Amino acid sequence: MSTRPVHLAPEDHGTAHGHGSRRGYRIGVALAILLTVIPFWLVMSGALPDMAVTAAIIFALALVQIVVHVVSFLHLDTQSEGGWTLLAFLFTAVIVVLTIGGSVWVMYHLNTNMMLMPDSAPSTMR
Amino acid sequence: MTETTLKTIFGRLGWESFPIHEPILFGTFVVVALLGLAIVGAVTWFRLWGYLWREWFTSVDHKKIGIMYIILGIIMLLRGFADALMMRVQQAIAFGANEGYLPAHHYDQIFTAHGTIMIFFVAIPLVVGLINFVMPLQIGARDVAFPFLNNLSFWLTAAGAVLTMTSLFIGEFARTGWLSYAPLAELSYSPDTGVDYYLWSLQIAGVGTTLSAINMVATIIKMRAPGMTMMKLPVFCWTALCSNVLAIAIFPALTVAFFLLMLDRYVGTNFFTNELGGAPMMYWNMVWIWGHPEVYVLVLPAFGIYSEITSTFTGKRLFGYTSMVYATVVITILSYLVWLHHFFTMGAGPAVNSFFGIATMVISIPTGAKVFNWLFTMYRGDIRFELPMMWVVAFMLTFVVGGMTGVLLAIPPADFVLHNSLFLVAHFHNTIIGGVVFGLFAAMVYWFPKAFGFKLDPFWGKVAFWGWVVGYWVAWTPIYVVGLMGTARRVHHFDDPSIQPYFVIAAIGALIILVGILGFVMSIVMGFVKREELRDTTGDPWGGRTLEWSTSSPPPAYNFAFLPVVHDLDAWYDMKARGYQRPVDEFRPIYMPRNTGTGVILAGLSLALGFGMVWYMWWLAALTFVALLAVAVGHTFNFKRDTFIPAAEVAATENARQPLAVGA
Amino acid sequence: MTHRTTDAPGAAITWHHLDADDHDHGGGATVLGFWIYLMSDALIFASLFAMFGVVSTSYAGGPVPRQIFDLPLVALNTALLLASSITFGQAMPHMEAGRIGPTRLWLAVTGVLGAAFVGVELYEFSHLIAEGAGPQRSAFLSAFFTLVGTHGAHVTVGLIWVVTMLVQIGQHGLTGEIRRRVVCLSMFWHFLDIIWIGVFNFVYLYGVIR
Repeated sequence: MSTRPVHLAPEDHGTAHGHGSRRGYRIGVALAILLTVIPFWLVMSGALPDMAVTAAIIFALALVQIVVHVVSFLHLDTQSEGGWTLLAFLFTAVIVVLTIGGSVWVMYHLNTNMMLMPDSAPSTMR
Repeated sequence: MTETTLKTIFGRLGWESFPIHEPILFGTFVVVALLGLAIVGAVTWFRLWGYLWREWFTSVDHKKIGIMYIILGIIMLLRGFADALMMRVQQAIAFGANEGYLPAHHYDQIFTAHGTIMIFFVAIPLVVGLINFVMPLQIGARDVAFPFLNNLSFWLTAAGAVLTMTSLFIGEFARTGWLSYAPLAELSYSPDTGVDYYLWSLQIAGVGTTLSAINMVATIIKMRAPGMTMMKLPVFCWTALCSNVLAIAIFPALTVAFFLLMLDRYVGTNFFTNELGGAPMMYWNMVWIWGHPEVYVLVLPAFGIYSEITSTFTGKRLFGYTSMVYATVVITILSYLVWLHHFFTMGAGPAVNSFFGIATMVISIPTGAKVFNWLFTMYRGDIRFELPMMWVVAFMLTFVVGGMTGVLLAIPPADFVLHNSLFLVAHFHNTIIGGVVFGLFAAMVYWFPKAFGFKLDPFWGKVAFWGWVVGYWVAWTPIYVVGLMGTARRVHHFDDPSIQPYFVIAAIGALIILVGILGFVMSIVMGFVKREELRDTTGDPWGGRTLEWSTSSPPPAYNFAFLPVVHDLDAWYDMKARGYQRPVDEFRPIYMPRNTGTGVILAGLSLALGFGMVWYMWWLAALTFVALLAVAVGHTFNFKRDTFIPAAEVAATENARQPLAVGA
Repeated sequence: MTHRTTDAPGAAITWHHLDADDHDHGGGATVLGFWIYLMSDALIFASLFAMFGVVSTSYAGGPVPRQIFDLPLVALNTALLLASSITFGQAMPHMEAGRIGPTRLWLAVTGVLGAAFVGVELYEFSHLIAEGAGPQRSAFLSAFFTLVGTHGAHVTVGLIWVVTMLVQIGQHGLTGEIRRRVVCLSMFWHFLDIIWIGVFNFVYLYGVIR
């Protein structure tokens, strides 16, 4: 909760989100490239025989890469805007998980329990 | 002109699109047209167009925008209520051999329009309008964070309302129920313009609602008066914050659901179709991810209103402010976990149904905590039963019943019996009328003197109160009963004559509510007539506790000559108690945002875009789309958005102000 | 300077805030407001991902991802968008230092890379449609085109915005208002790159191996 009065000097927000640490930014760039190359390489080369493992790895890397981008490119930290951006981000993350996870869960059960029609209903979901 | 040329210009619009062969619609059209002409004529005669354009339509003042929202809401309430009366009359007479006076396809449009209008164009504009008017005053700000966006949001909502109203006279409205479920709403089952009107109206208005919600959240976070920490934020602002956060979280789901349905209808994709892998239930899933939290988007601010009024009219600090805040936050999050209870019967199975059933029951706990907080605030309070407080008491008695039937419906096996019955319809009217509508009336009575400088007429206010409260119970109790006996919703004709008395009583109840509505209109009219007698000269007519009562009624354009510094939760009460004196000199110039017509233009173009798309006038749609982009980008080239009120003018306004009850 | 009221001898209460430059009405809220907008846009994409997740195997007898996804092309597109995010990052320190020329240059490079991204995506779409794998073919393809297309539409809006900023920086230089807009644009651009992480992993790569 912000305890700070609202009256910020008119321009201090311009830099509040600006590119503070160049070093953090460079590390972010390197990580972003790495985290993009690895999943493409994994899938295109078929390096791992087990597709489920490959899928788990690329999902995990995707989540890591999202965090990397948010921290080093969008400069999300606990300080900016009195913590409100972080709070908004975390709330949104929860809602995103609920929307996607909840929908897939609900629809999976509906599809499993209800009439299956070959080739048309999304019954091929496993 | 050839057939093809006509088609290119008018799309699927033809002479047969105008309902001249339907006497009810034609009659309505004549009445509306005459009324419209009378209003346009009067405005022209009194040379008010310039005034309206300069002072209202293009205004970025949050107070004027709030008032315009509320006027829009009241006008649409009359339309929505007319639909309700027509349905009640139809259901009261359509038994056995009597088919009633409404053909089925017309009746279906009416129940669809009633639900759509009441939620999107009555409840939302009224709630948004109240937040717009009250919240910046309560946090001690001079305007919202993005004043132009605020104006644009209002006009987009208005454009959606106008497009919905257009369907009354040009073409048809949807016949698919207020959420237009797929696959019924797909092109193969609903080929006419109805669903398209529905989708475009709500998309345009939805953009406005989302932008407005972002605006309000940014305002509450960034523009609170110095010293007003989050735990000194008035409860109404807390509920407004949570309501708008929730709106930002849920409207995307609705926007996407509508967008995908539009693609199905216009492009031929297969999201919600029965063919080629489409998943119609995913549409239900998405609209209810929006739909259930939306109830809380509406009712949370109403809870805030009840809190403010209870505290003011009992002369006590709100009992359990902290628990009230946490209850609000908990409801905000929980409300996102209950959507599936709207389709328990669709076969998700025990695991899923249990989860959502229990989540639904859990949500009644923080809500119950709130009711006890209000009761404890009243306990040993010096209660003044003026009109706003009467609404609060009526709310508590009515809403608790709606809450209990809600918990009943949250039990999946019970829901299997009651799903799609009139019991459900009675339940949600119980919560929305008893919870939201009563709160909105309480708020309008309570803050009216702040907005206009005089109170509403108390006699007619009481007529409105008793009309609504008695009318509600007379209209909906029989519907609960027939619903429990198994009567389905959205039925246009009944075979079983034994249930007819219930519907006749319900229709009488609706007429009593009509008395309430007319009473409310009369309380405004008579309040205006007797405005000198009812004048509020102090700025604080009720003995208020929050900052909006520290300024004059109506407040000056800049709200506060000096921004207040807050030391306590009930800031104005604190100021009065410690002998605050209003400053009378050393005024400074105040910077304010400049009015702009861009919002009206953008909303007008959106309206034309929607109309073009509904009628397949592709040239109009393309043209207005390009124009929208051009005007939006062009607007960013205008850097002169500020104006300022000179110190002398501030001094003159402040000195002309009536003395305060305190100080001066 | 403050107005004070005395309620007890010696105790002065500040009732008013008299800062001379309190005309910021909202300027200070722009970045936060835009951030909140991005969160709501993220939920638009979340809903589209949810839709895609639900029908991601509803091929309806039509083409499956392995047959239609051209991974080298996707890799190229991913590289273009990531590069554009990095070039935008290059523009920012120049803007903070008030160097108009380099700021515009890096913004322009970002715009060109973004345009190339949209171009590749349009090529991919037209190719798929020509092969009979258009959005009408199956629910899977409907969701694929809509999710990826919505992202592409956002990038297109970003391009219009880049051009607008190039013009406005030319007109006004790097004023506070302009800088605020470029900061918002950079957030928008990086945000779209983040969405693309979800697209290339969950839609393309996972689609090919499942």
